[in-house]
Amino acid sequence: MENRPLEYDYTVAKMFMLTTVLLGAVGMLIGVILASEMAFPGVNTMLGSLGLNEFTNFSRLRPLHTDSVIFGFTLSGIFATWYYVGQRVLKVSMAESKLLMFLGKMHFWLYILVVAAAVVSLFMGITSSKEYAEFEWPIDIAVVVVWVTWGLGIFGLIGIRRERSLYISIWYYIATFLGIAMLYLFNNMEIPTILATSPAGETGIGAWYHSVSMYSGTNDALVQWWYGHNAVAFGFTVPIVAMIYYFLPKESGQAVYSYKLSLLSFWGLMFVYLWAGGHHLLFSTVPDWMQTMGSVFSVVLILPSWGSAINMLLTMKGEWQQVATSPLIKFMVLASTFYMFSTLEGPIQAIKSVNAIAHFTDWIVGHVHDGTLGWVGFMIMAALFHMAPRVFKRELYSKSLMGTQFWIQTLGVVLYFTSMWIAGITQGMMWRAHDEYGNLAYSFIDTVTALHPYYTIRAVGGLLYLIGFFMFAYNIYKTMTSGRRVEESELQSASPMAA
Amino acid sequence: MFHWLEKHPFFFAVGVFLVIAFAGLVEILPNFAQASQPVVGTKPYTLLEMAGREVYIKNSCNACHSQLIRPFKAETDRYGHYSLSGEYAYDRPFLWGSKRIGPDLHRVGDYRTTDWHENHMKDPAGVVPGSIMPAYTWMFTNLADINTAYADQLTNAQFFNVPYNKPVPMKDGTTLTVPMAKSVAEANAMALEEAKTISADMKDKDVQDMVAAGKIPEIVALIAYLNSLK
Repeated sequence: MENRPLEYDYTVAKMFMLTTVLLGAVGMLIGVILASEMAFPGVNTMLGSLGLNEFTNFSRLRPLHTDSVIFGFTLSGIFATWYYVGQRVLKVSMAESKLLMFLGKMHFWLYILVVAAAVVSLFMGITSSKEYAEFEWPIDIAVVVVWVTWGLGIFGLIGIRRERSLYISIWYYIATFLGIAMLYLFNNMEIPTILATSPAGETGIGAWYHSVSMYSGTNDALVQWWYGHNAVAFGFTVPIVAMIYYFLPKESGQAVYSYKLSLLSFWGLMFVYLWAGGHHLLFSTVPDWMQTMGSVFSVVLILPSWGSAINMLLTMKGEWQQVATSPLIKFMVLASTFYMFSTLEGPIQAIKSVNAIAHFTDWIVGHVHDGTLGWVGFMIMAALFHMAPRVFKRELYSKSLMGTQFWIQTLGVVLYFTSMWIAGITQGMMWRAHDEYGNLAYSFIDTVTALHPYYTIRAVGGLLYLIGFFMFAYNIYKTMTSGRRVEESELQSASPMAA
Repeated sequence: MFHWLEKHPFFFAVGVFLVIAFAGLVEILPNFAQASQPVVGTKPYTLLEMAGREVYIKNSCNACHSQLIRPFKAETDRYGHYSLSGEYAYDRPFLWGSKRIGPDLHRVGDYRTTDWHENHMKDPAGVVPGSIMPAYTWMFTNLADINTAYADQLTNAQFFNVPYNKPVPMKDGTTLTVPMAKSVAEANAMALEEAKTISADMKDKDVQDMVAAGKIPEIVALIAYLNSLK
């Protein structure tokens, strides 16, 4: 009986695959709208005739973009891959436990409720103002419930595992769970204002969902960027590394290059990443030694980051022809390349003298996007491409469409980050320029109008990426509905693809 | 050790947690109490300013404007004295921002007027040609949420000992007391008095009519807040 291959149950994985695609499309669409608003301000008032300007202008939409790509697209991708990878590397099926199956489904539906509440509240302008932690306390509590549900699912599955030793990906998923839990809890400490009583004895005054941050000023900033930086660590780095450690060896049929390197990178990343948050606060009012620590550890961070990336690239050793033949391998190899690129760029920006120019400019925005579009986006799409034939038992609908998508999106990312480099450095230099008498050479508005061409190029880059994403969604949809049915024997390593 | 940890998920998780929690303890805790002390001249927000601050947050003004002047000549030339930690003591949440699509606002009250803001919020490009800031016309009709701002003040006073109704030292050696209302009704009356001083400097007839009728549009509160940034 033990010899019969396990039937894994992908019910929950499928649900999260759906939200990955849907929320990804929404988040990226809002991104393109925002980019257009910066290039062509008239777009801000596009729904003016309907009196809806309040809900379409840049500032109201901005948190919706960041939160929908982080907590919508990326988080759904993390959950989808967990409910796929978890079972397979632990050698246990979700179908074996009614409880775990129930928790998985509950996890999904609670998540959907939180997403709906978050979207409505952000459109209404209900926000705590903290980046990537905008939600007010009622939603924060719901987020904690969703997270704990996921955690129970993770440790439940680990509890009934057949494979005693935890594969590398599982380390990273556990770290994701713990890291985000710690960061989210501490950064969202707040007192709901309904708890206050007026001297006249009135209670429950004002909006019930409003709250006041537990920390003030400089402390609040410190906690927020400890969170903000490390939400990137445990949302955009750690779980994506979990994915590539599973999907690249699986798709290429190659063994991971070095176990020791993966060990070094994992524990190195865990220790070093958290220190680097201070680089968001260089030249601010936080103590100088913290800023220096943030700066120094950012540079040290290159080591564990490149450790993982190099480990992945060397996994392809001797099999590089696969990069040419398989678009799926292309996505993953480019993802790890962008990971290397982005984790080199970040530390450069964290050097104090560079940061003096880069901070507050579009160079930072460019950096975020070569990481998210190039690394996170490509890896999650590759993971879903790999999962689709196994989950739906069908061949991928179109290899050529995948190839076209790859090049369109790569072009999009390149346009995005090159234009933002130029925009950022241009603006940073203009802000500090003085004329021969020691007066400021440019007024602020000069440094804005100068950026128009780059904002336009960026909007085009973003649009290309979005178009590629729609091609991805279409490909997955067609795979689901009309791909050729495949047998288990065709699913051993390289994913089956129709021309 | 690592091989052993990989077979024992509980201890593995504990290990990971200790390793990631360490940096936060070392970096955040030591300076916590000291960093929350106000400098001389920093006072709590009045009711209308607090309501304006909530309008600022509601519309994510901090997505495009920083409130943090770095200690460089180019910055102090443009925006005024560099920011000091204690100036933020009553800022919950902090509003430093992370991107300057528009200019810094930490001392905008020093060099912009009520009148300027009124025109600018209605038509930014009309006041600053080439501006990419959208118009915020709905602030002229939406009403400011005074009750929530009052609850915010109460929470600050009751949970964080923010000195309302207590003298705070000012730079010229005098003291200043920021009053806080005793009831919701009194709070609304106080906010209206404050609003009248702002709307007196505004040209918009509708805004003046609203204030005269006892209503406070968001723009009035927002301008009160922006004027307080010094």
